[in-house]
Amino acid sequence: MNQKFDFSAVDKIFAANSNDPKAIISILQEIQEHYHYLPQEVFPYMAEKLGISEAKAYSVATFYENFSLEPKGKYVIKVCDGTACHVRRSIPILERLRSELGLSESKKTTDDLLFTVETVSCLGACGLAPVITVNDKVYPAMTPDKASELLKTLKEDAANA
Amino acid sequence: MLNNRQELQTLRVELKKALDKQTKKILVCAGTGCIAGGSLQIYDRLCELMKEKNLPYTVELEVDPHDESIGTKKCGCHGFCEMGPLLRIDPQGWLYTKVKLEDCEEIIEKTILNDELVERLAYKKNGEVYPKQDEIPFYKRQTRVVLENCGHINADSIKEYIAIGGYTAFEKALFDMNGDEVVKVIKDSGLRGRGGAGFPAGIKWETVRNTPAEKKYILCNGDEGDPGAFMDRSIMEGDPHRVLEGMMIAGVATGANDGYIYVRAEYPMAVARLKNAIAQAEEMGLLGDNILGTDFSFHVHINRGAGAFVCGEETALIASIEGERGFPRVKPPLTVHKGLFGMPTVPNNVETYANVAQIINKGADWFNSLGSKGNSGTKAFALTGNIENTGLIEVPMGTPLREIIYDIGGGCRGGAEFKAVQVGGPSGGCLTKEHLDMPLDYDSLKAVGAIIGSGGLVVMDEHTCMVEVARFFMNFTQNESCGKCVPCREGTKRMLEILERLVEGKGQPDDIDTLSELAEMIIDTAFCGLGKTAPNPVRSTIKYFRDEYEAHINGTCPAGSCQKLKKITIDPELCKGCSKCSRVCPVGAISGKVKEPFVIDQQKCIKCGACVSSCNFHAIKEA
Repeated sequence: MNQKFDFSAVDKIFAANSNDPKAIISILQEIQEHYHYLPQEVFPYMAEKLGISEAKAYSVATFYENFSLEPKGKYVIKVCDGTACHVRRSIPILERLRSELGLSESKKTTDDLLFTVETVSCLGACGLAPVITVNDKVYPAMTPDKASELLKTLKEDAANA
Repeated sequence: MLNNRQELQTLRVELKKALDKQTKKILVCAGTGCIAGGSLQIYDRLCELMKEKNLPYTVELEVDPHDESIGTKKCGCHGFCEMGPLLRIDPQGWLYTKVKLEDCEEIIEKTILNDELVERLAYKKNGEVYPKQDEIPFYKRQTRVVLENCGHINADSIKEYIAIGGYTAFEKALFDMNGDEVVKVIKDSGLRGRGGAGFPAGIKWETVRNTPAEKKYILCNGDEGDPGAFMDRSIMEGDPHRVLEGMMIAGVATGANDGYIYVRAEYPMAVARLKNAIAQAEEMGLLGDNILGTDFSFHVHINRGAGAFVCGEETALIASIEGERGFPRVKPPLTVHKGLFGMPTVPNNVETYANVAQIINKGADWFNSLGSKGNSGTKAFALTGNIENTGLIEVPMGTPLREIIYDIGGGCRGGAEFKAVQVGGPSGGCLTKEHLDMPLDYDSLKAVGAIIGSGGLVVMDEHTCMVEVARFFMNFTQNESCGKCVPCREGTKRMLEILERLVEGKGQPDDIDTLSELAEMIIDTAFCGLGKTAPNPVRSTIKYFRDEYEAHINGTCPAGSCQKLKKITIDPELCKGCSKCSRVCPVGAISGKVKEPFVIDQQKCIKCGACVSSCNFHAIKEA
């Protein structure tokens, strides 16, 4: 294990939640917001600080879809595959994004950690279906071609950043 | 900080006066949909322009304003998301649709300064112009009770909510009524839970009231997980104080001092607006200890979900708030006896609480006058899918489906023929042409094997394959099955496998029977509501579209939607023998002699459709 892991950010999060084991979901959410994923170093530390078992911490983290134990890309693209988006053809958009980035159902993040592509069950923006989000910004009425354009823009943004 | 009732009433009068001084209003829709369309930039631009022109505009109500002004507000969802970004102009009641940044100047010049309509931004249908929001067919047939403030007030302002009479119901419950009386009104109103099963809210409240305990809780379920439903999101985003007020009244009625709102992780803006609303109410002294000088205290907490559909089930939701995996548990004990942290808890959803304030203000009889017998009030529905007007609607319970699909929804997109509508999401079922004149309420839907659920209506036309729809929902529930019980975990998996092979054209003769058998077994034995209702889409599609299942077993998809079942053929009459198709075919399935009709080897063809789009003579057809 990485001995140099800096727990100061995590400590702050624990303190803000009064070290309450009942707040574990909020704590995990805040840790993930900070690191964009849940680093494994956090688990034994959290177990000790909150007075729970490591297994409990893992069980909660792996139960909920939103938690990721692997690092995610700089741009997290979520393709909505809720009913409304699905019937308005969201899958071809997903396929286009995956093929352009060399990703698949099992490989969700590019090696350069720039893009993560995943699906989401419903974003509740059904009136604008099909939609995708990039880091929570909603892009309405998408098509595979618009998705390609968007990728191009994001890549340029990343290169200029 | 308000210390007593008198102060609240005085403030309300002052704020009402301030609101009346806003002789013109620009209401920019700041729902998730319109924001995605750029409505916030439009809002900023409008403010910028008015500043440049030295026009008196106000963004927040202040007590005792000197002059008349133009109230400029970010409001909740207007509902007509398809036509966004939307902008409402008062007092005219005009609705501008698909507004762009470039339109702002003209809106200020013409509409604000000269009271002229910018006709190009008004809604048009069949050559007719509908400047007024209320006259647009989409709105005309609706009855807005729960959504009455959405799109009409600044969603982030407690002052506006108070100015239009907000928190009067809470005041009434707190000072003029006792808990028994509040419970009685809710019971008499017949208000049923808007989250799915339709259990009478008053009975839950009464039970919690009558169960002695050291602590009691008010739980608001905002884990609106059904794909295709966004009513609760719009209410939380557009009128958050109304939800709080409903919960506070439930607190008065039951003796609870704490409320929890559990919101889906996918709704970040709902969380932000609710948090803001709670902070405002605390600052005013409407939430906290000894509210308005009484001995009643109430605190509201927000929990964000973490992406588990099963947490919409109340016992799983409670486990999640308690910091556990979202597993449902066996009932009894009922939530109303032993719920959150083992204490008596009122579990209702967002829309249910949003109905409460009006029922207290206007009485049970008023609520019963809306809707049909045993199904009082209105219901908000999210109308989506292959329909002309998508958006958020609200109609009295018992409104016939036809009115919703055709009069409000404008029929299927592109004039396609209506085939079915899925109600209640992955736990519901489909309604077909034969149900068009059926009243849409809890009891009628139950009678035909569907449920109102949270209120998602996904419309499907003749091009939608019902077997694929069933596969889609089964895939969803299978993914979301928490894994606790075998029937749901394994049973839905087996059903999904069968549906997957059906849409791939590998169906077996007894597949329909096996599906039906598995469905019965899961319904009878699954642990919680998610499992018990998971087979509903399959059951109802088999019931109404058995012929489509049979066709898939025989290798065809009647809707022409399942890619793997398509048969691509070359019309020898039209084929010029140019050989272009054989060159684009990725698997070498097309062969022939130049200048003679080509043929497709069906064994090799992977139905990719590349040849279809390549043919200059429209000789290649998919069927």
